[in-house]
Amino acid sequence: MWEWGALRDWLSGLMTPYWANPLLTAVQILMVMIGLVLTMAFYTLAERKVIGWIQSRRGPNRVNLFWIPGLGQPFADVIKLMFKEIIIPADASGFLFRLAPFLSLVPALAIWAVIPFSPQHAFANIDAGLLYVLALTSMGVYGIILAGWAANSKYAFLGAMRSAAQIVAYEIAMGFAMVGVLMAAGSLNIGDIIEAQRGGPLSWNWFWLFPLLIVYFIAGVAETNRAPFDVAEGESEIVAGFHVDYSGMAFALFFIAEYVNMILISALTVIFFFGGWLSPFDGYLSESAWLAGPSFFWFGLKTLFPMFCFLWLRATFPRYRYDQIMRLGWKALIPVTLVWLLVEGFMVYFHVGPWKGHL
Amino acid sequence: MQAIRSFLKTFLLWELLQGLWVTLKGMFRHKTTINYPEEKTPQSVRFRGLHALRRYPNGEERCIACKLCEAVCPALAITIESDVANDGTRRTTRYDIDLFKCIYCGFCEEACPVDAIVETRIHEYHMENRGENIMTKDKLLGIGDRYEAMIAADRAADAKYR
Repeated sequence: MWEWGALRDWLSGLMTPYWANPLLTAVQILMVMIGLVLTMAFYTLAERKVIGWIQSRRGPNRVNLFWIPGLGQPFADVIKLMFKEIIIPADASGFLFRLAPFLSLVPALAIWAVIPFSPQHAFANIDAGLLYVLALTSMGVYGIILAGWAANSKYAFLGAMRSAAQIVAYEIAMGFAMVGVLMAAGSLNIGDIIEAQRGGPLSWNWFWLFPLLIVYFIAGVAETNRAPFDVAEGESEIVAGFHVDYSGMAFALFFIAEYVNMILISALTVIFFFGGWLSPFDGYLSESAWLAGPSFFWFGLKTLFPMFCFLWLRATFPRYRYDQIMRLGWKALIPVTLVWLLVEGFMVYFHVGPWKGHL
Repeated sequence: MQAIRSFLKTFLLWELLQGLWVTLKGMFRHKTTINYPEEKTPQSVRFRGLHALRRYPNGEERCIACKLCEAVCPALAITIESDVANDGTRRTTRYDIDLFKCIYCGFCEEACPVDAIVETRIHEYHMENRGENIMTKDKLLGIGDRYEAMIAADRAADAKYR
């Protein structure tokens, strides 16, 4: 990822490159993980603040950090959760019950290996990056199903089943939306997908693939089990869904996984439809201008918008009924993507739009 | 035509966008939360909180043990026992209010012919042990002595509406 010029040389002097490279990679992984978990921590605070503001409340403002009211709330939450007992129900399947939180957290973190933060900064620049993303987002559901099953509780089991059916339904729409991006870019490599959108905001995919953007984001919200698609944890019917029986840090792991997934869906939305690390002034200012160059700054800034939309949607819409979720997934989103793929096919064939025609 | 329009409205998420606009505006609305320990909501002089027994300015207890409050209390929270005091007056020997039974309706205050039992504006109190919910005569008189200025001012402010 990073080049680490001087540090790499110094380390290589101490040990062979055989050892220096994995060590540096481990340091980088640690840096990204810490950054992610911190983002997630403040995202939970942002969620409570934004929803509070929308409901004319102030949100958490009692735990001060750096004299900013409420900024310390995530840390207070973490400390509280760490001191709580992890209860394992007597009739639960112990091994699977302990395994499930990790099965949902690990894929959520592992996907970040292929996310390019800036043109130079991606752990793995693999050619099948999009497939890797699709595969690992599907892995996350195993944690949820296992958690629901291992807890040996009706409510957890119902939540897990709902979640599984929902994720299967929306994965198809999501996959089709990704096919649209794939057609536009002509590559499965995520770096290439971003490069293909070069040339200013209007040549980013959101403009030409607008229906796919909407479908992708709705499917992403459903995929992460967030409101208004959070029937997997519908409080009124099944208490908290698949994680009813989890407490303390075991619950926190599910929580982290859910929020990291939300950040991930936001980052992927930006990569697929808003030009990833490309600058919005790209194509209007000269490349040498700092503002027009691709950078991590633009990537982070753009990612904030879908992240905000997650909270915004949650504060606005009531939960869907289950049959409505299924109807939306199968009868609305999938046909829309299919129709737009056809339209996009014609556009590519007749060279309409910014892409040069890869067919 | 109506069907097409309704279909388009649903399909283009028009109503959902309207809803999103409402909530987005809500984000910048005035926040109505009161930062409780630092800020407090204004309180009426008629607020019915913790009870108190009052005295006359010369220090004599107002209560004459007529037991009207005990009779009117809908929650049966008041228990009174009375006797003849040394100076020959009729006085309570026991005046207990069970705060767990009390519904803070204010009927005792209304029933009292001598304005002895009153409900003050104190509402931030707590109990730490079992039994502290029983307000004895001593405790009630103590509250009355301590907050007499506030109680008298509240009664005076409300007098012209009664």
